[in-house]
Amino acid sequence: MTQPKKTAFYDLHVKNGAKIVEFAGYLMPIQYQGIIEEHRRVRSTVGLFDITHMGEFEVWGKDAEKFIQRMTTNDVSQLATYQVQYSCMCYEEEGIVDDLLVYRLPDHFLLVVNGACLDKDFKWLSDHLSGDVELKNVSDETALLALQGPKAELVMKKLTDVNLSDLKFYWATKGKVGGIEMLFSRTGYTGEDGFELYFSPAVAEKMWNALMEAGKEFNIEPIGLGARDSLRLEMKYMLYGNDIDQTTNPLEAGIGWIVKPDKGDFIGRGPILKLKNEGLKRKLVAFEQLDKAFPRHNYEIQKNGKKLGEVTSGTFSPSLDKGIGLGYVPVEYSQIGTELDIMIRNKPNRAVVVKTPFYQHATHK
Amino acid sequence: MEAKVVIKDDLKYTKEHEWLKLTGDVATMGITDYAQKELGDVVFVELPEVGREVEQMKSFGTIEAVKAVSDIFSPVSGKVMEINAKLSSQSNLINSDPYGEGWIIKIKIKNPKEIDTLLAPAEYRKLVGG
Repeated sequence: MTQPKKTAFYDLHVKNGAKIVEFAGYLMPIQYQGIIEEHRRVRSTVGLFDITHMGEFEVWGKDAEKFIQRMTTNDVSQLATYQVQYSCMCYEEEGIVDDLLVYRLPDHFLLVVNGACLDKDFKWLSDHLSGDVELKNVSDETALLALQGPKAELVMKKLTDVNLSDLKFYWATKGKVGGIEMLFSRTGYTGEDGFELYFSPAVAEKMWNALMEAGKEFNIEPIGLGARDSLRLEMKYMLYGNDIDQTTNPLEAGIGWIVKPDKGDFIGRGPILKLKNEGLKRKLVAFEQLDKAFPRHNYEIQKNGKKLGEVTSGTFSPSLDKGIGLGYVPVEYSQIGTELDIMIRNKPNRAVVVKTPFYQHATHK
Repeated sequence: MEAKVVIKDDLKYTKEHEWLKLTGDVATMGITDYAQKELGDVVFVELPEVGREVEQMKSFGTIEAVKAVSDIFSPVSGKVMEINAKLSSQSNLINSDPYGEGWIIKIKIKNPKEIDTLLAPAEYRKLVGG
């Protein structure tokens, strides 16, 4: 076992009373004051997340675009400089390697992958290098903070001269924030307006303090991974390892919009086209519990005593004040309004398939 | 720093992090401050019916927190005399006042000898490293 790493913000988390857990090889804050309070703070005002555990790879070279086109499902040729794209990498035969963000920067690309998949992804990409392409893992040289919430722009405004109203959702820019030159984008994993900031770990504490200070008048607080998970689930954003993995297809997961088979060949195109032609057999559905019950990862989904599938993600939803979850079921049970039973401690608990996002009032631009 | 775990001197404890307070032959129980901190925000408590017999160190209910679910074990055997009805609408009392308003059930003790098997405050403190 390798020792878990500490992000450059670790001491700040401890000082702020965080409960620390090991996640993706890092000692990360799962919560500070409480998940529900942190969740509501992000929905109502603003919060600051350390997400340095995410992996960052740079792709350089004349053939970088060609390489990313081949490795990912979305169409990189449609990406303008400084634009960001949600995408995924698939295996040749079946399944998803990881979901990721692709940034087109003036002279190279930046790929942002899940921390828990970092080593696997780097190997996968390295094994498929061809042409004039250089792949660099810059994860250890990159600190990453997410500032999220309806007041995030007002906080950023105090720290940067960049005209933020020109920075649209899923666009990035280079500029000074709190006096430090960095890359930042209008992106996030909460559904709220917000920014993700990439900078050197050497200035980590300075950046953290600048953001916390600027956010003070909006009651900013640090937010842990617990609330990050409940916030993303209310938006039906995928969590790799739960909702998507090496056994699932992007079409079944409902992220077919990031799959562009018409762009030409890419790894995993075959199985995707085959599924498209044959039609989906199962689908990832979103459901709400009708009674006070809380679905959890791996709980069985049933209908009339027959197993349909399993819950991939489930939680108490602080915004809806009820249990919500995702899970794969045969397509004939995927219609909105379909009643399902979630098996909790051997007892069926009524749930109903709902439209998503679960939370309908998010502020992302 | 993370707030210190509160352990009360006038209670008995289980290694599953329940507490027990004796008043004659009736005992009140709940989960400890350590347990509520570990669980995080409690959103639902599944309680037994009044009159039901519970057995020592057998699960009689569950606590659902945002991120985790946990069984509740009975520190002693006996009959459930009363349940904390407030928990059905204010389950977070377990977080805000685990030894007071966040109590879970009252049990009519069947076998007083079982109490000797519970942990004293100092022993429990050792267990949780408090």
